[in-house]
Amino acid sequence: MIEILPAIAFYMFAAVTVAAGVLVISAKNPVHSVLWLILAFFSAAGLFVLLGAEFLAMLLIIVYVGAVAVLFLFVVMMLNINYEELREGAFAYLPLGGLVAAVLVVEMVTLGAAWQFGPDVASNLASVAPAISDVENTKALGRVIYTDYIFIFQGAGMILLVAMIGAIVLTHRTRTGVKRQNVVKQNARRPEDAYALVDVEIGKGVTMPKKKG
Amino acid sequence: MVEAFYNWIIQFFEIEQSAFIYFVSIVAMILVIVLPLLIAVAFAVYFDRKIWAAVQMRRGPNVVGPFGLLQSFADGLKLFLKETIIPSGANKVIFLMAPMITFTLALIAWAVIPFGEGMAIANLNVGILYVLAMSSLGVYGIIMSGWASNSRYAFLGAMRSAAQMVSYEVSIGFVLVCVLMAVGSLNLSDVVLAQEGGILDWYIWPFFPIYVIFFISTLAETNRPPFDLPEAEAELVAGYQVEYSSMAFALFFLGEYANILLMSAVMAILFFGGWYAPIEALDFIPGWIWLLAKTAFGFWMISMVKAFVPRYRYDQLMRLGWKVFLPISLFLVVAYAGLLIAFDKLPS
Amino acid sequence: MNNFAQAAKGLLLLEFLKAFWLSIKYMVAPKVTINYPYEKGPLSPRFRGEHALRRYPSGEERCIACKLCEAICPAQAITIEAEPREDGSRRTTRYDIDMTKCIYCGFCQEACPVDAIVEGPNFEFAAETRAELMYDKDKLLANGARWEREIAMNIAADAPYR
Repeated sequence: MIEILPAIAFYMFAAVTVAAGVLVISAKNPVHSVLWLILAFFSAAGLFVLLGAEFLAMLLIIVYVGAVAVLFLFVVMMLNINYEELREGAFAYLPLGGLVAAVLVVEMVTLGAAWQFGPDVASNLASVAPAISDVENTKALGRVIYTDYIFIFQGAGMILLVAMIGAIVLTHRTRTGVKRQNVVKQNARRPEDAYALVDVEIGKGVTMPKKKG
Repeated sequence: MVEAFYNWIIQFFEIEQSAFIYFVSIVAMILVIVLPLLIAVAFAVYFDRKIWAAVQMRRGPNVVGPFGLLQSFADGLKLFLKETIIPSGANKVIFLMAPMITFTLALIAWAVIPFGEGMAIANLNVGILYVLAMSSLGVYGIIMSGWASNSRYAFLGAMRSAAQMVSYEVSIGFVLVCVLMAVGSLNLSDVVLAQEGGILDWYIWPFFPIYVIFFISTLAETNRPPFDLPEAEAELVAGYQVEYSSMAFALFFLGEYANILLMSAVMAILFFGGWYAPIEALDFIPGWIWLLAKTAFGFWMISMVKAFVPRYRYDQLMRLGWKVFLPISLFLVVAYAGLLIAFDKLPS
Repeated sequence: MNNFAQAAKGLLLLEFLKAFWLSIKYMVAPKVTINYPYEKGPLSPRFRGEHALRRYPSGEERCIACKLCEAICPAQAITIEAEPREDGSRRTTRYDIDMTKCIYCGFCQEACPVDAIVEGPNFEFAAETRAELMYDKDKLLANGARWEREIAMNIAADAPYR
């Protein structure tokens, strides 16, 4: 009887994912769209957990919801987009958009069919994935990623690194004439560098010692 | 924990197994954790104020109840009786949802905390990642509140908080990687089991530098001083909380302290041997009491820091996160990996 | 070498640890604050708190309605109306102080030729409504009756310096 609980959970997560996905594109306010997107990510993570892929689920939440979607939200909140303006003339693009959508649908159907009927699928699946009952999927993933797919994995890492450096180079500018705090220098200051006690005799002046550092 | 309770119910009442009973036992276990947690949060607020006062040689709350112990409940009651004010330009739904999200996320992360061997609601294989995920989700409550308040102070506070939490999560992540390499599992129970034995087997000793980074990042992650920039009173009034009153404010407050307690508990599990007694002679005391004691110790540390540090400036905070902690923790990951291999301590 | 020591100090968070130790020491140090509602600090005889209208030991009102206090009050918080009583003496029929306006400067007390209006040692007269802070003659006389002993002692203690 307990088996009904995962089923209930599945239908709940699935329904929420689909509904949130629809609301992402139908919401009027872009900020609401992003929030719906986050809900969709979150329920997708729930579906992953039900599949027994808890590691992927947590990564989805940490990476996509915890970091990527935050940046989305930032941008959308800051940009102050007027959606009504964007919607104007949407029908002019309808034929082109419809075409792209049709291509996508066809491709997805083909993909699903190929997954079902492809000749090598069964052997490919069996070659990399140990049975779920043998090892937890964190270990299984680790074994596959760091052995069979190490170069692809490293390549993906390099691409991300290049993208990161590129973003930094594009946005970085050295400004001149800016007063900037040098924390290391400040921390290295000692009392003896900063001040000197001078006994001033009455009737005589004093020359200030030259400032060090 | 849920399984055990479920089986106990089935046997005790001699009823058939059913999904409904299982569901009820899940809910019951959640209540068993959440209700004491909320009371603990109330007392945590009290102890926080008391410790802070003591360091400043003040008395702190001492009027409501014996030694002022009921002060938090009085404050809570006062907040619940106040009027909920919604600013006219606010986005109503999101405005009211934000404190609920903060509060809920602070509570659900407790699902994976093991209070003893097998005493966790969900003995998740990826427990640590779950805690990290929930604490990274916490940023949404803050961003949503800041945006929905339609106030510049709130929005600035939210921006700061979001950037801060995202930045420090990175170093927390690397810190966790170091510990996980030694444990060989993401399961919080396994982390504790790996520290079985006396006080000398706790991870605080081999992982001391890691512990320091984790502690400081925790302060940033929970928006505690010296990193409480999102609510810096001096410049932002109260940051993202500025437009909130009544229940909504109370939920933020409870969520914040539940988060601090959670991080203290995680600290106890990762570095202080979780439910194990420091010396064998004290084994007769149940494990969950040890975990509570260690959590209380962690909370005391966090609360002491509030008393003697000045607030960081925002650029200093970012510099510390990205230019100091990130390189150091990256280096430590490599160093600990090397040490583990050199001393042949890698878990199989 | 000194630079090296400084860098090590920063890296090992020595200053942080020192501050931690210091605050632990202060945490267990005896409290310096008084336990206010149950303990109170000493008050100067010149303390200017809540107003009171005094009476002579015979029970006669001191106030002769000269209106000097009303005239000197910089906040214009005092309102006085007066007319002769049946026995021909001049007395107030109305003596109001708006405590929300009062700035507790003590000029009324200084101006009073008969020590009738005084600012007593009571500072705990917070009220829940604004109306309660509009003091009339009855309230002021009641204050006088209540605080007469302390007020008389304060005036006696302060007398040598006047």
